[in-house]
Order: sequence, then structure tokens, then C-alpha cells
Amino acid sequence: MTEFNVTGPVRNAPESHDSLLTTHDSNEIFIEVKDLTYVYNQGKPGEFQALSGVNLDIKKGEFLAVVGPNGSGKSTLVRHFNVLLTPTEGKVIVGGLDTRSPENVWEIRRQVGMVFQNPDNQIVSSLLEEDVAFGVENLGLAPEEARERVEEALLLTGLSGYRKYQPHLLSGGQKQRLAIAGVLAMRPACLVLDEPSSMLDPAGRAELMETLIRLNRSGRVTVILVTHSMEDAARADKVIVMHEGGPVLAGPPDRVFAEYMLLDKMNLALPAAAEISRCLRRRGFLVPDGILSLDDMVSFLCRR
Amino acid sequence: MNKNSKIIKVENLTHIYSPGTPFQVVSLDEISLEIEKGEFFAVIGSTGSGKSTLVQHFNGILTPTKGKAWVCGTDISDKRQRRNLWRRVGLVFQQPEQQLFEETVFDDVAFGPKNMGFDKDEVKRRVEKALGQMGLDPALVSRVSPFSLSGGTRRKVAIAGVLAMTPDVLILDEPAAGLDPQGRRQLMDLVEDFRRTEGVTVILVTHSMEEAALKADRMAVLDKGRLVMEGSPREVFNRAGELRALGLDVPAPAQLMHKLRAAGKQVRMDILTNEEAVEEIAKLLSKDNRRF
Repeated sequence: MTEFNVTGPVRNAPESHDSLLTTHDSNEIFIEVKDLTYVYNQGKPGEFQALSGVNLDIKKGEFLAVVGPNGSGKSTLVRHFNVLLTPTEGKVIVGGLDTRSPENVWEIRRQVGMVFQNPDNQIVSSLLEEDVAFGVENLGLAPEEARERVEEALLLTGLSGYRKYQPHLLSGGQKQRLAIAGVLAMRPACLVLDEPSSMLDPAGRAELMETLIRLNRSGRVTVILVTHSMEDAARADKVIVMHEGGPVLAGPPDRVFAEYMLLDKMNLALPAAAEISRCLRRRGFLVPDGILSLDDMVSFLCRR
Repeated sequence: MNKNSKIIKVENLTHIYSPGTPFQVVSLDEISLEIEKGEFFAVIGSTGSGKSTLVQHFNGILTPTKGKAWVCGTDISDKRQRRNLWRRVGLVFQQPEQQLFEETVFDDVAFGPKNMGFDKDEVKRRVEKALGQMGLDPALVSRVSPFSLSGGTRRKVAIAGVLAMTPDVLILDEPAAGLDPQGRRQLMDLVEDFRRTEGVTVILVTHSMEEAALKADRMAVLDKGRLVMEGSPREVFNRAGELRALGLDVPAPAQLMHKLRAAGKQVRMDILTNEEAVEEIAKLLSKDNRRF
């Protein structure tokens, strides 16, 4: 694997005015993946090795994007982070706890919340605020504490105005934010999202990405986002490219997307602005490195 | 244009779910549009805008609450005629792979043609052709259980089941949702090949502005059950501001041109592809260089 290190601040400080949000910086490792191999149906027909000897460290507070073609092992990898799967070989340590020990499962799942593709599969109540409270109620907290957490989760996901809504009347983007609110109310240290925007329309996708970035910049949660959208991946702190059961490239987005030859080989696209820069360079124009968003491109063209 | 070339004609179509109850929802509101034979027509709109409701009228699953629609010359409000529409209009639902049910891929794809009354040889010919049109090798997949295949392949099998009925109109509701970018491209290319070789009309419901931009001859934009825009992708995506207000977007290259124009640069506004955007920016850069 080619690994680029993140040097210096990769992102500006949060500009948040939300009093709930606090910042804490750290280089602490939150998830440690050691020689992880996973085999589906081991010893049975249909045996399939989805991960082969993966090593990976995820820092506390990081926004990590995991990209790669279907079948490259993205979902299998992240499902180890809240013990939906346990390693066939190797180990995964989450917040200092080994996922192989059954007594750790409850605490790891409290710390790592999962959000899936289809929010409808994750919504259980007929009233929005009750849905957010569902997980919290099962933590055995005092009612005031539970209420406080629900309020906080509603505020963080921008759903405070919808508390009496029936979930089926929400848009796709709102439903996905509701699924996130339900997980946030448990105050997890980390959110894992597996292609959360594939069922959403463009507005829903944008809404979801802004929510995730805001939550992460507040220093509140580590975010691990599995996505097919290179535009979304370009906004992460770090991108991991999975291919045939392991990471082949990892680093800050500008470094990863500079490896377009390798990405081409895996049939992965670049963000549109990066692709356009590359074509311009090929035609002999001087275009600076690190143009990943349309706004980057606009400011380059207008600065000249 | 020849009047008979309209394979679909919709006039003031209104559809209300649960009419007369407290749960009444007006899903389509006075829609009128026409689709030409052989056209690639895209329907876009945010979640809940009525896209799926509209296309479900085209093969007789839903009937209008008010208004009229003709598909392949059939009045869809006519119960007796409507029953035959399934032979001529193939509808691929969202996540069609969830509808596979037979024990082998062959039997699943054969289900439609068998019900149409074809003999064994013709059924076999159709199954093999349809699998081939979806980029699958009949010799490799025919005897396999569809449930042992990957999600992307299962979806192709499900679509092959519709192609095997050789419909005149093929409707695809979000056919590529959940596939990776390469899978999306491949699936859309297969659909395009099928349209070209068989001369069918394709109606694509999609959340992907890029797909609509690259493939469609014409497109319709729905919002809260109303038809708010109709035209070629270039015409529609030129109206970026209005689309954004509807919770939609424009393809990234078009968006870039709009941002450049907002920043005072003189660029064309009818750009749809990366290649066209590169061309336009190259002009901008050469012009700037001459000035110095």
C-alpha cells in the first residue's frame, strides 16, 4: 500500500457558533486493524476471502472516507468496527477493546454507531422524537438525561423543528439524518456510514454531507464514510482506496487523487475538478496541484 | 412530426392516492407530455416528486384519477386493453434483483416469455439473447442460482427478464442505484446498446444528473407532482438556479460553468461533459495568456 502521511493541519479550525460543540485535537488511535483477514462461509460452499491481511490505524476525530469498487471489501472492513463481523484472522481494537472478546461487544457498539444505505430499515417509531429516543431509552439513563440527549441529537442534525413529525412523511435526506440522530443520541465516539447517500436525491446528499462535516469538525465524532462519491471523499481528512480485499492507497485527498494512473487501473474516477485539471495539464496548461473541488477550480481561474 | 410517432401521450394526468380519505395525497397534478418512438427520455425530480407514480401509469399498474394517457396507442383507462400492456411495456422497478424467485437464472429470465406463450425453442432463444444483451454469458450463468450471484449481476439478470419479452417501451426506475460508478456506466451503456439495436423507447427515472445529461434525448423535471421543465438536457441544465431550488442539481461541468459565469468569466452555459468544460477553460486560459 502507498501511504501518504498527513502533515500539518489538513483543515481549518471549526467556525462553529454552536455552544454544544467543543473541539479536541488528538493523535490518539481510535481503531487499530492488525493483519485482518475475513473469509465468508469458511470451509463451506461459496467460501470467499473478502479481506486479506489489512493493517490500518484510524485516529480519534478523523474524517475518513473509504472508496473502492463493489466487492473490494469496504463494507466487510467497516462491519468489523462495531462487531457485526469478527476477524477470521488478525484483530481489530476499538477504543482499546478487542472485538474478539464477547464481553467487549456491548461497550464497542455503544461507542461506534452504524448508519446504512436505506434509512427506512433503521427507523422504528411512528413519531420522530420517539425514534431518536429509542436507543437512549435502552441505555437505562435517568429520564432527564435521556431527554437532554435526544434534544442534543435533534439539534445537531437540524431536526428540532420536526420532532412531532411521522418519519414516513420526511424526505430521504431527512430520514437519513433521523437515522444519524438516533445513533448520535447514544453519544458514540465514532459514526460509521456505509454508502448512506445512495438512495438520496442531490439535495439529500448535500444535506447529509454538511451534517457529517459539522459533526466531525465539532470534535465530537470520528466519521468513517464508505462512499462511491469521489466529490464527498475529497472533503475527508483521509481517503483509503480499497481494491481486492485491502487498501492500496491511503492519505489526504490531494495526495490520493494525484495517483490517477493507479486509480484509472481500478476504474475509479477522479472528482470532476481534478479530472478537468488533469485534462488541462495534458494539453500543456499550467494548473496547480490539489484542485479537488469546483470552487478550487474557480478560484484558480479567477486568481490569474 | 408524424402524429403516430408518439408512443406515449399524456394529457392532464392527475393521480391521487387514497382519494376522499384523510390520507389523500395528490401525487401527480395535471401532467401533459409526449414521448417519441425510439426516444431516450429521462425523468428527474427530488424524492416524492411523483416520478415513479408517473411511469407506473405507462404499463397499466396505475390508472389516472383524472386525465388521459395513451401508451402504444392503448388508452390506459380502458380496463380490457390495459391488461395487454405488460407485453409491450417492460418496467424495471427499483432494486429489481429483489424480485428474482426462480431456482436458476434461466428459469427466471424465461418467466416472461413463457407467459407470453412462446414455445420452448423460442423461449430459449430469447433468454440467451437477453442475457447476452445484459453482458452475461448464457453458458456460464444459465444453470446457476440467481442468489449465488453478486448484487450487480443479479440486477442484470432481473433486467434481462424484462428484455426477453422484447418490449416496445423499456422503463427503468433508478436502475443503477447502489452500483459503483463503473457498474453504473456499464449498465447504462448496455441499455443504450439495447435501445439502438432494438429500436425501443427508453424511459429512465434517475437521481443522477450526469446519467440524464449523457444519455437522454429529452427529459422532464417533476416537482410535487407537477411537470416544471421539459426539454433537451442542454436546455434543462442551463436552468441551474431553478433546479437547485427544486432540490436537484446540475452535472459538475455545468455547475463549474455557472460558478465561473457568477465570478465574471465569459463562458458558454450549455456545457454538459468534462470534455466540453476542458475545451471552454482552455479557451479562457489561452485568451488570458495572450493578454500578457
